[in-house]
Amino acid sequence: MIRRTFLRRTGIGSIALASLLRADQAGADQTAAGPGNLGGGALLSANHHPPRVRRVIHLCMAGGPSHLETFDYKPTLQKLDGKPMPKSVTEGQPIAQLQGRELKVLGPQHQFKASGESGLMISEVFPQISGLADQMCVINSLHTEQINHDPAHTFFNTGTAISGRPSMGSWVLYGLGSETENLPGFIVLTSEGGGQSQPISSRQWHSGFLPSRHQGVQMYSTGSPVHYVKNPNGVSDPLQRNVVDAVSKINSLRDGSLQDPEIATRLAAYEMAFRMQSSIPELTDMSDEPQHVIDAYGCTPGDGSFGSNCLQARRLAERGVRFIQLYHRGWDHHGGVKNGVATTAKLVDQGTAALVKDLQQRGMLEETLIVWGGEFGRTPMAQGSGRDHHIKGFSMWMAGGGIKGGMNYGQTDEFGYNAVEDKVHVRDFHATMLHLLGIDHMRLSYKFQGLDFRLTGVEPAKVIKPILA
Amino acid sequence: MLSKVSICGRNHWLPAKRLASGFVLLGAFFASCNGSAEQPAAPVQFNRDIRPILSDKCFSCHGIGSEDPAADLRLDQFEAATESAIVPGDVEASEVVARIESDDPDSIMPPPDSHKELSPEEIKLIRQWIQQGAGYEDHWAYQPMRRASSVDAKLPLSKQIDQITASRFEQAGMKPAGPADPVTLIRRLSFDLTGLPPTLDQVKAFQAKHDRQAIEALVDQYLASPAYGERMAMYWLDLVRYADTVGYHGDQNVSQSPYRDYVIQSFHRNIRYDQFVREQLAGDLLPDATLQQKVASGYNRLNQTTEEGGSQAKEYLAIYFADRVRNVSQVFLGSTMGCAQCHDHKYDPFTAKDFYSFGAFFADLQEVGVYSNRGRPPMMRVPTAEQQQQIKGLEQEIADAEAKQPELRAELLTKLAAWEGEAAKQIGVAVEVEKPWVDDALLVQAPTNGDWRFIAGDEKAGIPVHSGTKVRRQQSGELVQHYFDRSKQPLTVTDDTVFYSWVYIDPKNPAKALMLQINNGDWSHRKVWGSDDIVFGRTDKSGPAYFRAGALPATGQWTRLTVSAKEVGLKSGDKVSGMAFTQFAGKVFWDDAGYVDTDGVPAAIAKTLQTPKEKRDDTQQQNLITYYLESQDAWKDWKQQVQTLKDQRQRVEAMAPQTVVSVSGKARPIRILPRGNWLDESGPIVQPAVPEFMGQLEVGSERASRLDLADWICQPDNPLTARTMVNRVWALLFGRGIYTSLDDMGGQGTYPSDVELLDTLALEFIESGWDVKQLVREIVLTDAYQRSSLASAEWLQADAFNDKFARQGRFPLMAEMVRDNALQISGLLVDQVGGGSVRPYQPAGYYAQLNFPRRKYQADQGGNQYRRGVYTHWQRTFLHPMLKAFDAPSREECTAARARSNTPLQALVLLNDPTFIEAARVYAQRIMKHTPQQDDRMVWAFENAVSRQPSDEIKQTLKDVYQAHLAHYRDHPEAVAELLAQGQQPVDESLNAAELAAWTGVARVILNLHELTTRY
Repeated sequence: MIRRTFLRRTGIGSIALASLLRADQAGADQTAAGPGNLGGGALLSANHHPPRVRRVIHLCMAGGPSHLETFDYKPTLQKLDGKPMPKSVTEGQPIAQLQGRELKVLGPQHQFKASGESGLMISEVFPQISGLADQMCVINSLHTEQINHDPAHTFFNTGTAISGRPSMGSWVLYGLGSETENLPGFIVLTSEGGGQSQPISSRQWHSGFLPSRHQGVQMYSTGSPVHYVKNPNGVSDPLQRNVVDAVSKINSLRDGSLQDPEIATRLAAYEMAFRMQSSIPELTDMSDEPQHVIDAYGCTPGDGSFGSNCLQARRLAERGVRFIQLYHRGWDHHGGVKNGVATTAKLVDQGTAALVKDLQQRGMLEETLIVWGGEFGRTPMAQGSGRDHHIKGFSMWMAGGGIKGGMNYGQTDEFGYNAVEDKVHVRDFHATMLHLLGIDHMRLSYKFQGLDFRLTGVEPAKVIKPILA
Repeated sequence: MLSKVSICGRNHWLPAKRLASGFVLLGAFFASCNGSAEQPAAPVQFNRDIRPILSDKCFSCHGIGSEDPAADLRLDQFEAATESAIVPGDVEASEVVARIESDDPDSIMPPPDSHKELSPEEIKLIRQWIQQGAGYEDHWAYQPMRRASSVDAKLPLSKQIDQITASRFEQAGMKPAGPADPVTLIRRLSFDLTGLPPTLDQVKAFQAKHDRQAIEALVDQYLASPAYGERMAMYWLDLVRYADTVGYHGDQNVSQSPYRDYVIQSFHRNIRYDQFVREQLAGDLLPDATLQQKVASGYNRLNQTTEEGGSQAKEYLAIYFADRVRNVSQVFLGSTMGCAQCHDHKYDPFTAKDFYSFGAFFADLQEVGVYSNRGRPPMMRVPTAEQQQQIKGLEQEIADAEAKQPELRAELLTKLAAWEGEAAKQIGVAVEVEKPWVDDALLVQAPTNGDWRFIAGDEKAGIPVHSGTKVRRQQSGELVQHYFDRSKQPLTVTDDTVFYSWVYIDPKNPAKALMLQINNGDWSHRKVWGSDDIVFGRTDKSGPAYFRAGALPATGQWTRLTVSAKEVGLKSGDKVSGMAFTQFAGKVFWDDAGYVDTDGVPAAIAKTLQTPKEKRDDTQQQNLITYYLESQDAWKDWKQQVQTLKDQRQRVEAMAPQTVVSVSGKARPIRILPRGNWLDESGPIVQPAVPEFMGQLEVGSERASRLDLADWICQPDNPLTARTMVNRVWALLFGRGIYTSLDDMGGQGTYPSDVELLDTLALEFIESGWDVKQLVREIVLTDAYQRSSLASAEWLQADAFNDKFARQGRFPLMAEMVRDNALQISGLLVDQVGGGSVRPYQPAGYYAQLNFPRRKYQADQGGNQYRRGVYTHWQRTFLHPMLKAFDAPSREECTAARARSNTPLQALVLLNDPTFIEAARVYAQRIMKHTPQQDDRMVWAFENAVSRQPSDEIKQTLKDVYQAHLAHYRDHPEAVAELLAQGQQPVDESLNAAELAAWTGVARVILNLHELTTRY
């Protein structure tokens, strides 16, 4: 009863697929520089320079983790606990919920300890992550421009707080193309827990003005893993195949009179859709994972936890997904920062460490950039027993290909308030990430509303060279 | 209004004074197209050929807005450029040429670090241009509109269009495409004008007769239908970024669907475009503004807003401000002013000052930076036609009921004397009755605050009860209260009114103070027992706002606390609608509370009764009558009847949808923000003004208003307004604009492929009285519109982008239409116009990332499930996945041209989205019932959807599908049941279920065809 697929019989599929994946026409610098990692549909004909990684896994700690309880070791701050914050530091600075309140210092709520051979100072809330110390480059001097969650996320993902611009994952996919024909090239997973769950907009993984096939596709732990990827109820795989084949056949027949090149693309789209229908269940069925791997991640596969998402991220990476974003919503600790940070940290600690080690064991870490951090940090000033949003200095870390491990980069002042040494703007992070992928951030652009837009925008941005291996 | 604005002649619009000399004639400009750069004689035209190169590659350093024009060189002006860099007529002497052709990285232009390069073709064009005299032109979009000189302006616009385009083909020596076949044409017209497919009957009739008369009749029929309004609205709503949610952070719902309906009705009723513009920008400022004009003014407030805690109002006001400038300039002027938020525009003559002055027109809008409580005031209720009808009916009933009052009163007064006798006997026989507002529940309708849980009494657990079975327990270490206010059943206070509340103070954990507080519109009526720990109203001297009652009642027993009206400053006639129960610390049980009624004759009335009638004054007599009437059942019934009607009216009014509107207040001062930084207050304050290079408004000493701005936009000689609109309408009907950058007609936009065509359309549009329907009608009646969209290889080679419109465009249907199409074919579409937004099926959990509040999506039941896509609930941060897959924008910003993609995600939607499965299932029923014969069914099913008969091969393919599915479903009844259970529509039990399932398979194939998502 299963008819052989029309596409395979006629060979239209491969031609059409090429047209589906054809490069975008919106001119940008396409000069070649070296051996590349370009996939289907890449804008660039080659990398601008040899890439160090071929994919990015962004562990987005949504809500704004406190740098002072995690990666920015401030022993002197403890002595100032309860004392007023000097006006010279805070006056005229943007402030969120502490507007108009008395500003007093809150000392660090957790102990730090020297970790690894490098002796990186990492909070005790991360017993597992601290085991990665020698692979991690912790940036302590990050700063951003937006002090509320929604715009700050938008800023971190798109380089501007104005809606409608492409996210960094879309830029990467646009520039480098996809390495998989069976899955979207940019996938997003979410989990929550441990603190107030601030909302997240799909704007954070949207393609903005870039062609929409570069948008991030959300995967779900319950229901259909990707929207509409399951056959309708009562429709078996062979019947679905039968429908797809018939659609393609009639489209092809009609093309005789319509002469529409989009029909070839449509045929390929249906072929890819059908492949996604089978590859996604295969992807999300994690029963082939050995028990020791599951134990390492400390999760029940598919339970929607951060740990499960980390395991899923590894599987996505193996299958050629270019940009993977894992949001964990739970870091907004306006009150009870001590317990809050500890609780949320516990939810992400094991999964993060397991992912890095797993990739390493499979020889994939060196071709992957791991990014761990939130949209901003938190004030050294107390908000009751918690901390408010803070943008003038906070921390993130990276690991993987091209990154020097076991180092801190940049510093905040003694309060952990202002980044003062080797400051890193969000744009610098973007430039560095693109650099590791073999892209010159100045040369990846898209013409929109008469302007050449770039992820790093028009303000200066620099690659952070000292952290590169 | 127009008289307030002065424009000193058309040249006024020109950004600079000089005019190029020795320049090419406009009429000749098509000669230099494709590849003609090779021929030295071909005339180069600055705006078409040179400006795009200079603008993209040079102006950012050598242009108008660059802060430090490199080496003092400006290439955007003839005088400056020809001082040294360019020698007109002498290529080799021109430094510009030496630089762009240099090999030396230190001297080559553009410099390597700009990552811009000139192509050999571009260099050649620049050389030719200099050779020909280096003539400059002002940017085309700011020049006055000019008709095509070769065409008779008295001809209908459709004829003029055809003459202009025909002349281009002639010049190029090529033949245009032939006319589209009737089926293609009727489908094109139907989708373009209504967004829906034609019915099979329409198709057949048109096939039989499709001469000009038939086409005109069809066009008029489509234009007259409300579906035309809906179709045009789909596009307009993208421009103005209409949505049903606020956009930022929690992306809470906001009600503005009346604005959407206003847009639909405006296109449907074909109101003048200039009026449409005025109403949106300043409907609230129009004299005697109508309800709909106020609704239209909601445009100004469609921007994204936030309710995020910790947001700074000032920052968000700056964000809303910039958002609005971007949108107004893009929607109405086709200009991108956004860049000028931080610096003078680098490519267009907009300055930072222009940006802030332009935004200052909107400084009068009442708005706040951070909204709360799921509202976006100011808002207005907009009753639907049905509700207006209901309200009218109720008002009549109220009037009728109230008219009965004099008669009833007169009748009752005949018995007054008898009653007085009886009443006098009751004097002194006072019966006190507690009338509770709270007892085991709140007994009045009123909003509450604080902990209003009623817990069951339980003596063993130490939970005493005074009345009924439940009690409220209030416990705290500090100040705590609960209250209700704005009760729908307020009490009218008399001199004798006493309020009460029963309390029980826990002996183990006594409170320090108790307070009862009465609300008659404000809360300043307090009585306090115990200490002075409660801060509310606390004063040194005891008074009505803080009346000290003395010690607390004994603990461990129920006590009735009472408050007399007088003690707390309440006057006879006050309406009491709230009561607060406050304590400081401790544990207190609160039980029944309310007011004490004395069922006896009140003192004042008794006194009157005891006074002989002739000695009573008027007030006494009136009060007596009132008291008497209020005690009569007939009177009470009558009053109740009136009140019930009024309550009904209020309920209808409260159900009317709200919409955000513009309300003008005192304008806040607007400063230029250096580099767009809202924290920097060093910039000068600016007044509302139009961009300086475009002239100025003459408003004397008055502050220019939004209405002045709207009037200026709609001036017939504004070079941007009409061009912007006609180009967009053209794009809707051809798939591309005459200039393709629909959102930008500035220097970085694309040059129109035919300026004369554009200007002729614009001028005709203005002269027609800004008649949008007329414009659409004239365009679709052209040969140009009715041509085939098939491109010959020759044309593809010669005019790949269809610059000359020698063929029609072909493009994907808008997302909404893809939905509408499936619903229409299956017969499910509910064509109700307007109303609140609706919720089609959507994957569960899609809103899981939203919060404040968390959202659970409930798909609509019944008719609303099958409404057109234009009515779909537009959640900005999580747009419905079907709409999103088919490139509908989030509507966070202006979208003048949607992306056009062709992706696997779209295939997944059409294959698996329950909306399309249900449509297929219901279509299958329709197919089976419509046609008895198997073979005919195949034909009808295809033809009804695609408007064409299937070929034998297609028929065979569909038959194969049917057979394969039928064989499967005959063996799998459980699969049949699962398939047919999808969607809300009932299954027709009279049909064979397996056959129905198999036909559903066939219907799915048809609904997935490329032809159904494409407009040819």
